[in-house]
Amino acid sequence: MKYAFFLGCTIPARSRNYEVSARRVADKLNIELVDVKEFICCGFPIKASDQRSSEIMAAYNLCLAQEKNLDILTLCSSCGSALTEAAHHLSEDDNARDEVNEHLAGAGLKYEGNVKVRHFARVLFEDIGEDKIKEHFQKELSDLKVAIHYGCHYLKPSEIYDGFDEVEAPRSLDELVKLTGAEVVDYQGKKKCCGGPVLPVDENVALSVTKEKLDNIAVTDANAMCLVCPFCSVMYDSNQKSIESEYDTTYNLPVLYLTQILGIAMGFDRKALGLNMNVVKTKELLSRYFSKE
Amino acid sequence: MGNVDLEHADMNFRKELARQPGGEKISACFMCRTCVASCPISAVNDRFHPLRIIRMALYGLKEQVLSSDFIWLCSSCYACQERCPQGVSITEFMTLLKNMAAKEGHMPAGIRAQLDLVKGEGRIYPIDDFDNKKRAKIDLPAVPTTCGVVKELFPE
Ligand code: SF4
Ligand code: SF4
Ligand code: SF4
Ligand code: SF4
Repeated sequence: MKYAFFLGCTIPARSRNYEVSARRVADKLNIELVDVKEFICCGFPIKASDQRSSEIMAAYNLCLAQEKNLDILTLCSSCGSALTEAAHHLSEDDNARDEVNEHLAGAGLKYEGNVKVRHFARVLFEDIGEDKIKEHFQKELSDLKVAIHYGCHYLKPSEIYDGFDEVEAPRSLDELVKLTGAEVVDYQGKKKCCGGPVLPVDENVALSVTKEKLDNIAVTDANAMCLVCPFCSVMYDSNQKSIESEYDTTYNLPVLYLTQILGIAMGFDRKALGLNMNVVKTKELLSRYFSKE
Repeated sequence: MGNVDLEHADMNFRKELARQPGGEKISACFMCRTCVASCPISAVNDRFHPLRIIRMALYGLKEQVLSSDFIWLCSSCYACQERCPQGVSITEFMTLLKNMAAKEGHMPAGIRAQLDLVKGEGRIYPIDDFDNKKRAKIDLPAVPTTCGVVKELFPE
């Protein structure tokens, strides 16, 4: 199994913990990730202001994968949605493809319309499967009680995702986390957005959306959150402290990437999974899974 | 925003919207409020209300909608669109409005900054040598610090 590895912008700059842990897990599972250094932004952040340019950027990235005869694997849900949406639209609509190709010609490229885009979690859930993942586990993560945040663009809009999971009753991430022996804790508003995209428009509104979910998790016995998107992590991990001081409250809720949770079960150490880079400290919660360092 | 000022209604707005992706089906809205009940932004802020925006558009209040700051509060989360019983592509409709507003020069500063950065540098967080040093330390491959291709994709 081999994919063109789409890192996007946020991950290499801000979420190296996600990147290292994902590379480790992929390696264990024999998923070959091919780095393509020419990849540019997926176009997602400019969809609201300039949808056309956004699609051109997405299509450019699809072309680079096409040149290598590979499908794309993403870690970021937003990159995933921008690229999947473009792939979907451009495979169905010949006129749209012709239009985009006029721009791509400037870079000497032409998109044929056949590249597929997959989020890493979807590949684990759909293609790798329970048995192959569990084969590599060395530790049982009992005592970990996880509140899962699916986020929006991992699953929506549903028409571009071939029904790999249910928008109104998602289970792919629940199943993957449960494989490790961890308990999945449900909470009110589990399917809601993190508020991230509103951050550049109105910070207060964005952070109050984030806060609502942290409050809903705080009343359960969850002791960690699980994410699959670096944008969501900006909201729940990087901004958790500022929400705490703004609203005079404390959550102290460690926020882990799915790949870090799987990586712990696979026996990797803290540093190998970038756990030292998580903003909310994870040491106390996870100490039982690591020998004294 | 509540005051609906029909004197400034632009009756072509509805038709203009109906011709574009996202705007085709808004007149099918039967005001069930499922979108409002699903919206994470409406839940925390009463300035934002997707149904009211749809109604304003149907009334032809083009200027009021496009120059508003509230359309930009939509997070594009698709919660509404997934649930609309009338198949209105509400999220796509919001994107259409934002795109039209941007074309007319109405854009929050943060959104404009992102647009300039992404179309200019090819990345929302440009990478510098210091980032690459941090990457090298944990055995991650270097990422290019410049991006020339955006000039080819978006010639002046
Ligand atoms: S969605 Fe974000 S991380 Fe992904 S490429 Fe686009 S800007 Fe970058
Ligand atoms: S939860 Fe937030 S960052 Fe995550 S996918 Fe939704 S909008 Fe994007
Ligand atoms: S959910 Fe659909 S039909 Fe119901 S109010 Fe919203 S747009 Fe109208
Ligand atoms: S897409 Fe926009 S309008 Fe619809 S629920 Fe999400 S934030 Fe609200």
